[in-house]
Amino acid sequence: MSTISLSNKASSPSRRDGVLRGAVTTAAVAGIALLAGIIFFVVQESLPALTEIGVFRFASDASWHPLEGAFNMAPMLVGTCLVTVGAVALALPLALGAVVFGRFYLPPRARAWVRGAIIVLAGIPSVVFGLWGLVTLVPLIAAWQPPGASLLSASIVLAIMITPTVALLSDSALEHFPREQVMAARALGLSNWAIWFHVMLPARKHALATAAVLATLRALGETMAVLMVAGNVPALPTSLSDPVRTLTANIALEMAYAVDTHRAALFVSGLVLLVLVMALVLTLGGKSKTVAAA
Amino acid sequence: MRATALTSRRFKKDAVLAVFGGSALVCIGVVFVAIVGEMLWQGLTSLSWTYLVSAPSESGRGGGIGPIIVSTAAIVGISMAVTVPLGLATAIFLSELPRQHPRLARVLRQCIDVLAATPSIVIGLFGSVFFAVTLGFGLSILSGGLTLACMALPLFVRVAEAGLRTVPGNYRQAARALNLSWTGTLVHIVIPAALPTIGAGLALAIGRAAAETAALIFTSGYVDRMPSSWFDSGRALSVHIYDLAMNVPGGDQRAFAAALVLLLLVFIINLVAAATLTRLFGQAGK
Repeated sequence: MSTISLSNKASSPSRRDGVLRGAVTTAAVAGIALLAGIIFFVVQESLPALTEIGVFRFASDASWHPLEGAFNMAPMLVGTCLVTVGAVALALPLALGAVVFGRFYLPPRARAWVRGAIIVLAGIPSVVFGLWGLVTLVPLIAAWQPPGASLLSASIVLAIMITPTVALLSDSALEHFPREQVMAARALGLSNWAIWFHVMLPARKHALATAAVLATLRALGETMAVLMVAGNVPALPTSLSDPVRTLTANIALEMAYAVDTHRAALFVSGLVLLVLVMALVLTLGGKSKTVAAA
Repeated sequence: MRATALTSRRFKKDAVLAVFGGSALVCIGVVFVAIVGEMLWQGLTSLSWTYLVSAPSESGRGGGIGPIIVSTAAIVGISMAVTVPLGLATAIFLSELPRQHPRLARVLRQCIDVLAATPSIVIGLFGSVFFAVTLGFGLSILSGGLTLACMALPLFVRVAEAGLRTVPGNYRQAARALNLSWTGTLVHIVIPAALPTIGAGLALAIGRAAAETAALIFTSGYVDRMPSSWFDSGRALSVHIYDLAMNVPGGDQRAFAAALVLLLLVFIINLVAAATLTRLFGQAGK
């Protein structure tokens, strides 16, 4: 193969290397430009609202009635936070429990099978969870605490949706845990409980925290599953069975007919999400690559 | 005495761990079987060959999903046509050149992290301004595909980079010893060796793109006719499910059928990815 490239003077190896180097560097710059572009356009489209309405009215207006000029976004921000916290609080123990069980009690072959199944489950479209929640879960909750479409249903559906991802992320966080340490702990007569809580968990707490942050990010950004089961009333919820509207759902619901300041206000919703996400990613400090593939 | 007390306490704690973990795993399994089971149960009745190929009528309550499958394939196809070359080049940069451009590589990594975490609806907002208005593609399959490309890119880059990095260093040394150029080494040695992982990354990216709804609502739109060009608006399968479930009274049954089709599609794609990744990293890694 090298003889071919040597005989072809028009594209000598070094020149081709130069071309390829240029191409991949351009792609790298394009990747950065893409994020810069997203930030630029979201900010640019938000500006009319930020200048006309002003930042403070997004928190001080009486309600969110954009067609009547009321732009209080606080209920949606609170809704997003509550749904996210609820989902993560449900998903994290469930996923961690399953992962620990897999590590301690499943033979390696079975674990590989379970992991494969969970990769497949992690890919289930969010709209499918939304549909299931809408048709099955919401009526169940409605029978107990009407109206059904609520903070609770949204948190549950979202928790189900992110659990496979959380499990994969936490499993990756425990990957390559030195087998010698586990064997040494066993030789000292430590129980599985002690090995998990006193050997593995302390050693991997940062990686697991990263997994938890990534799970939060996933929940924060979800639109469809939440939109279909949360009830979407833009008001502060006072109980678990009250309907809520999240920032993402707000955009999806109103973008179709929004114009002018209203449209710009929806871009402000997007901007708030973007800022939240960037703040959370910054707390990771570039550690997310340790749990890349999931 | 003391020893037995200790043993029994030990036993109890271990039992708690095993029971909690085991029930968590069973609980996850049961919920997912329930969800997939319901899609099968409710969807299978409406599923037929005519359903897959015919056009929808009465906003989807009747007819089939033929044009919607075509639009979905076109949107996903366009997104992959952009994601794969751009993502592969980015992955090559991250795995091969970080030492030459340490700063650029670090910033790029941060950007990929943020992009991967950016809510799809925000990428949809960007697409609805940049692709649909600034570039003038309008509400079209092209806008939708390009928007999905932005979304799938970080996922593909990460998996492809992981694949390129796992190619053993002595492959490169042997290639260097044979006077193979950098390009030659990449094209003939490193990329072929990493191909299974890159393929798995592609499958995951296709699955992610096919599953996406939020970013498409206001980039590729709702029109459920057969698209005649990529500047036409086209309704993706996931958008169809959403619309039937939320906006069409009595559309539930058809929503389940469409959900079943999407689910099977995504399952097959992800199964390929999972099998490949598990074989490569699952057992070998431990």
